[in-house]
Amino acid sequence: MQNSIQVKGLQKSYKQLHVLKGVDFEVEKGSIFALLGSNGTGKTTIVRILSTLLKQDSGNVTVNGFDVLLKPESVRQSISLTGQFAAIDEVLTGRENITMIARLRHLSNPRQVAADLLERIGLTDAADRRASTYSGGMRRRLDIAMSLVGNPPLIFLDEPTTGLDPEARIEFWKIVKELSGNGTTVFLTTQYLEEAEQLADKIAILHEGRIIVSGTFAELKQLFPPTQVEYIEKQPTLEEIFLAIVGKKEK
Amino acid sequence: METIKNYFFADMSVMLGRSMRHVLRSMDTIITVTIMPIAMMLLFVYVLGGAIQSGTDNYVDYLLPGILLIAIANSVGYVSYRLFNDVQRGIFERFNSMPIARSAAIWGHIMTSLVSNLISLTVIIIVALIMGFRSPAGILAWLAVAGILALFTLALAWIAAIAGLSAKSVDGATAIAYPIHFLPLISSAFVPTATMPGPVRAFAENQPVTSIVETIRALLSNQPVGNEIWVALAWCIGIMLVAYIIAMRVYKKQA
Repeated sequence: MQNSIQVKGLQKSYKQLHVLKGVDFEVEKGSIFALLGSNGTGKTTIVRILSTLLKQDSGNVTVNGFDVLLKPESVRQSISLTGQFAAIDEVLTGRENITMIARLRHLSNPRQVAADLLERIGLTDAADRRASTYSGGMRRRLDIAMSLVGNPPLIFLDEPTTGLDPEARIEFWKIVKELSGNGTTVFLTTQYLEEAEQLADKIAILHEGRIIVSGTFAELKQLFPPTQVEYIEKQPTLEEIFLAIVGKKEK
Repeated sequence: METIKNYFFADMSVMLGRSMRHVLRSMDTIITVTIMPIAMMLLFVYVLGGAIQSGTDNYVDYLLPGILLIAIANSVGYVSYRLFNDVQRGIFERFNSMPIARSAAIWGHIMTSLVSNLISLTVIIIVALIMGFRSPAGILAWLAVAGILALFTLALAWIAAIAGLSAKSVDGATAIAYPIHFLPLISSAFVPTATMPGPVRAFAENQPVTSIVETIRALLSNQPVGNEIWVALAWCIGIMLVAYIIAMRVYKKQA
């Protein structure tokens, strides 16, 4: 199977700071790949290099079969990026935001594309309100919808759920799973371990400039000592309580 | 290279449409670029005008070119502001990771400045006509005026673009507007330079706004423009080219 992303010996420094010291990984086509790491380890730097916003110092990076240095335009044709902060235009309405991106992707029927996507992410009712009036979750959904315009085969999500409430986060996971179900490759960075566990087919951990482990969740679990069986009373987490209460209210 | 270039105009017009919406949906922008200059024109003509010896029968005829330049100067702060927001809020990051012409985003902002000034200057001229402004100038002279105003707008917009792209804070981005606001005040825009004390007069007579104001005034009153027009054009084109080169360099470095 062809890989969507192939990274070998990737290095990048900012002045004195050696952020990436030889990163290697690959992402299988159609999979969800999660890159884990604490703040400031260089996750965003990797995303910026993969999406042609930043040039690496050395190493080979291929995205959808195109070298990011030699064929940046072809890479841009085949990806979309959802950055850490919702990159939406707050003065425009949700519909105008999506239509704008569809025009910039030179699609033939931008209005139809916008209407379909708004429906898909459940923003039809708010479509003609300015994005500045949207809640955090709605902004993120709009942000994702803008990335889905034109159905790019590979989507980058850089800490997509930072700052979202638990409901919005679960809703977001649903969208990502759906995407992956339709064959889109998803590259995700996150600091929430639970998110990686929920979503990812493969997880890589970035630490001190290198990928220190990678594999499926099952493979990662084997790195730990064998499971011990203990009997404890399982208290519900606050998140579970919150969701149970809110869920009941809505019904 | 790859085949993306031919989309430049299509992409740029999308960007233009986007930021024109920003202008038209911002009451603050409309007040600053249209209502303020009109208020100033009313103030100068009906409050101060009686006491000003401009050497023309009708003070509004003398004043209008300066008011037009003030309106343009007021508007360019918004170019910095909108560019700064695009850089900070990650919208440029999205654009730059898409298959669109590289400079379309920045040109969109510059063209917005041109189009929105065209609208606000037209409104100001209509108000001036109601206030008694009359010009014997023919169509060619008006076209020349429009051309010079467009060049002046482009020159200032590119300076504003440098500030918007390189600023670290919103205040820094818009601070560029203040010195630009001041230039028309220390020129022959409102009063002839003859009454100013030596050093001020020397500055006023040798800064770009005076030559531009004098040229527009001459064109609108059917007087010979003399050498002034070449000085004005040299200023506008010179500033525009230098600012364009610097702005593009800053922009490419970021992308």
